[in-house]
Amino acid sequence: MAVRRRRRARPVLSTVVPGGPRGVALPPPSELELSRRAWRRSRARRSTLVALASTLVFAVVAYLAVTRSPGWPRVQATFFSPSVALESLPDIARGLLVNLQVLVVGGLLVLLVGLGIAALRTLRGPALAPLRFLATAYVDLFRGMPLIIVLYLVGFGFPALGLQGVPTSPFVLGTAAIVLVYSAYVAEVFRAGIESVHPSQRAAARSLGLTHRQTMRIVVLPQALRTVTPALLNDFVALQKDVGLISVLGAVDAVRSAQIQVGQSFNFTPYVVAGLLFVLLAVPSARLADAVTARARRRQQSGSLL
Amino acid sequence: MRRRPLPLVLAATAALALSACAPQEESTDAGSSGSGGSSATGACTPDELDTLEPGTLTIATDEPAYEPWFVDDAPENGEGFESAVAYAVAEQLGYSEDDVTWTRVPFNAAIQPGARPFDFDVNQFSITEERRQAVDFSSPYYTVSQAVITTAGSAADGATSLADLRGLRLGAQVATTSLDVLTTVIAPENDPVVFNTNDDAKLALQNGQVDAIVVDLPTAFYITAAELENGVIVGQLEDSGEGGDQFGLLLAKDSPLTDCVSRAVDALREDGTLAELEQQWLSDVADAPVLS
Repeated sequence: MAVRRRRRARPVLSTVVPGGPRGVALPPPSELELSRRAWRRSRARRSTLVALASTLVFAVVAYLAVTRSPGWPRVQATFFSPSVALESLPDIARGLLVNLQVLVVGGLLVLLVGLGIAALRTLRGPALAPLRFLATAYVDLFRGMPLIIVLYLVGFGFPALGLQGVPTSPFVLGTAAIVLVYSAYVAEVFRAGIESVHPSQRAAARSLGLTHRQTMRIVVLPQALRTVTPALLNDFVALQKDVGLISVLGAVDAVRSAQIQVGQSFNFTPYVVAGLLFVLLAVPSARLADAVTARARRRQQSGSLL
Repeated sequence: MRRRPLPLVLAATAALALSACAPQEESTDAGSSGSGGSSATGACTPDELDTLEPGTLTIATDEPAYEPWFVDDAPENGEGFESAVAYAVAEQLGYSEDDVTWTRVPFNAAIQPGARPFDFDVNQFSITEERRQAVDFSSPYYTVSQAVITTAGSAADGATSLADLRGLRLGAQVATTSLDVLTTVIAPENDPVVFNTNDDAKLALQNGQVDAIVVDLPTAFYITAAELENGVIVGQLEDSGEGGDQFGLLLAKDSPLTDCVSRAVDALREDGTLAELEQQWLSDVADAPVLS
């Protein structure tokens, strides 16, 4: 190939001051620039102080409003008793391990099943209509049904069939119910991602001779997954809380062990302890979701300011 | 550039927040009365009693209400042991049947701090010292023991001692003394399976998800006789608590009524009414073998 000749020399960008000796660094900023910087610094300081002050005032008002209320001592003793909290912590933490196991196993299964359903729903071709129809029916059914009812039906209904080899452990049945419900949600998230990939991508892939499956695997899904990661993490945080519902089947998880202790002492502090543990569990996920979203934004806008 | 006077905004916000969270009017004099109660005069009459609604007695129980404590989930019909006891207590205090209002309150709402929508709650609440920190109990109206029930042919069928039960999967309802007794007296090797209600526990027992469940003895007799197909009472457990497990009427902490309600229950025990009602509603609680 012939080398293209440049018609015009590009302007040379350099920080060297014209006329000055080569290699000299930038000139010191002007008075005006210095004053601008100082003004910006002072504004930043001022807004930080204002934010601090308003936060402090809000906290003080909230604190006074709560602690000056007539029922506060009773509420404090019933919901925020440090001794009860300490006493209940070991059992609740042990219960949280059950929740974590369900979360890990269930989370992975949800990803697989959800992706499968989404793939079924996005199949092309008239012959595959029944598969599409079934996948759509599944999503409609399990997105619409309250999780607690699915838990009851799966947890007490399956064993009632009296079939050989049906598991009776609340852990297995609870996880199955959660996977059924959450897969429907996640399938919709995946489908939105798949459909957000521009049709031209698909057309280009097919024109290169890729089959439908190859197109999905190599071209569409990688882009779709990147789009829906924040939404998936959001569903993961929701799942973290909802694993607390498996206690209705008899598994002694964090929520259930808190409930047991509330029943013994008629003091509600264990509920607060369990709630805080779940929040602690959700914070890393929320930060991760933020980081992933921010990274995606940086990539897409690669350096532009807005 | 004009600036908003920031302190003013903050002050306004604070004032708003404070007025929005102003404490609500106390309907009764703020419970400064000690555990003694209001009737220093000793008069326990409808005119003297500081009830929720003047002149009527508001009694609460959970929904659904189970046999043999209530019949047909209708506490107002006076049938079933606890319904009968509630009406007897009301009568003792001088309330006619028409002056009794029933309300349905779930477990957690019955034990919450603060104002409660009832004068007393009757729902097989076991009296424990730990619970007394949070609520008031009347004197006991029934002493109960716990029993293990199962279905014929299960692994627990035919067990004669606690040792026979230790290796099995046992269940009970959450927040009950049945569960406490299960964990302390039987002390099973597997974690107990804990259900929201006895209905769930029954279902799991029928499904074979648990080998046996622990309930109180009157409930055990009712469930095995009327609700479970081929239900079996394995046996009753010796009381682990001090002086047995006793049911008391539940009142708000430092309720002005506690004294009078307790005295009414005591009077009913002394004149034999409680024993009669037991005979009438819980008569089939014959002897079940004691597991040791």
